[in-house]
This record gives sequence, C-alpha cells and structure tokens, in this order.
Amino acid sequence: MKAHIKVTLKPGVLDPQGKAIEGALGSLGFGGINGVRQGKYFEIDLAESDRVKAETQVKAMCEKLIANMIIENYAIEFT
Amino acid sequence: MKSAVILFPGINRETDMAKALHAATGVKPHIVWHTDTSLPDVDLVVVPGGFSYGDYLRCGAIAARSPIMSDVRAKVLKGLKVIGVCNGFQIITEAGLLPGVLMRNAQLRFVCREVKLKVENNRTFFTNKMTEGQIIHCPVAHGEGNYICDAETLNRLEGEGRVLFRYADGSNPNGAMNDIAGIVNEAGNVIGMMPHPENMVEALHGRTDCKPLFESLLAA
Repeated sequence: MKAHIKVTLKPGVLDPQGKAIEGALGSLGFGGINGVRQGKYFEIDLAESDRVKAETQVKAMCEKLIANMIIENYAIEFT
Repeated sequence: MKSAVILFPGINRETDMAKALHAATGVKPHIVWHTDTSLPDVDLVVVPGGFSYGDYLRCGAIAARSPIMSDVRAKVLKGLKVIGVCNGFQIITEAGLLPGVLMRNAQLRFVCREVKLKVENNRTFFTNKMTEGQIIHCPVAHGEGNYICDAETLNRLEGEGRVLFRYADGSNPNGAMNDIAGIVNEAGNVIGMMPHPENMVEALHGRTDCKPLFESLLAA
C-alpha cells in the first residue's frame, strides 16, 4: 500500500516562498492569482496491507517527523 | 563546568564552539556523536551550528529525533543546561525543548553578516556577566532564522522576560517576530539563539563582545 502525504502550512503562517513564486508568476504575465502557498508531498511505500493499521502508522509518522504540527497540517491518501 | 558539544552529520561549527567553551571554562568539552544513547557526566550541552542532514525535510528536524536527543530531553527535566546556536537552535526547537519555529528568512536570502544584539535578560546562566539593555555585536549566518510562534506563546515569552536577545538598531536579518534572536525556556536551563557568539570571542574575530557570555557559564 502506498501513502500519499500532503503537508501544507497552516493558514496565517507566513509563506515567503509562496510569495516569491506568486511574484514570479506575475512577472511571467500570469494574471488573476489571489495567492500562492507552497507545500510538500511525500510518498511512502508501506509493507502493511491493512488500511486501518496503515492509517494509524502513517498518522504517527506525520506527527512525529514529517510535519511540524506547530506550523503545518497534513493530509493522507492511500492507493 | 563540564560540557559536551553534540555532533550530527553536517554540523560544521563544533570546533569553534568547543574552542570557545574550552577557553572560558578551562575544561575541554566532550564531543558526543549523535548515535550515542547517553551523555557523559556534564553540566552543559551545546548543540552547535551547521547544516545537520543537509537541512533535509525541515532545518533541524532529523537531528532532533536522533538517539542522543532522548537523553538530552530526559536530562533537561533534571536541570541539565542546554544551549543551541543557529542550526542548534533549530534542532532544540524541533526537539520540543523550546517553543516556536525558525522559518525561512523573510527576504529568502541566506544572511552572513554582523548584527547588533540587545541583551534583554541578564538573569540566565549564559548572560549573567552582561548588563540588561547592553548592545553587543555578533555574527549571524543562516537562511532560516525567522522566529515565529503563536500569539499566546509570544505574549508569554515577552511577559516572562524569556526573550534573551533581540536584534537591535534595525539589524533584524530574517524578519523574526519582535526582533527575537534568542530565547530561554520556562525553567531557565535551555537557551536557543540564531547568532554565533562563539565567533566573537577572540581578538582575531575582530571583537570580543561575546566573551562575557561564555564567562557567565562559570558564575552560573
């Protein structure tokens, strides 16, 4: 089973990288952009085949290491 | 004053730090490798600067979860003194020893220059030879030193005098909230700061403004 994890900055946390990307898109002539936020994406290949167990395992991974819960949120999908 | 400097892969300021500690305390610090599971018998642990694990994932995130940090965390509860400088500050915040996060510099640039610091609290084991409000020069070298925390934590830090150093005279190099350059934990035994005091202690460094910080260790 594969876990797909998206880590995003919590709303309100300043994202200077997103701002820089927003500026660069603007200078390339892309209009109508209200905002850009940059995040991270992880794929974890799991030996576990039980979905419930996998979810518990991956949540613990996210909270212990993959996301910094002070500033980030995470979302998990399985395939 | 017995001390140890923890070494992670990618750390590069451990020699400067060990030298500054040795000069001030007269005792050569232990260098402790990150895979060790217990600290030697010491009064102070310093987590030095550098780029542990190439800053992968988040600065300090991987080092903060290495085996030696469990023992550091356990001994902090018993009063062990800890100082984290630069990447060391990022590592000990990621380890949960200090509140907040060090984010990418607001200007998105790595800054390597001298800044001015205001000593805001001289009642700690690292600042007791300074005077409150004193302005000192100190170098910084980091890309992610933009200190942020939630409003409640910020109020507590300010209200309890736990902002130890503040960038002074408009020299904030990274956009940190309230110009915060260094903080101390509630119990007073864990200090984190972005600037590099170990690089302003000898005549060859140009100035010796930070020497009293290291001398404070003996009085503590």
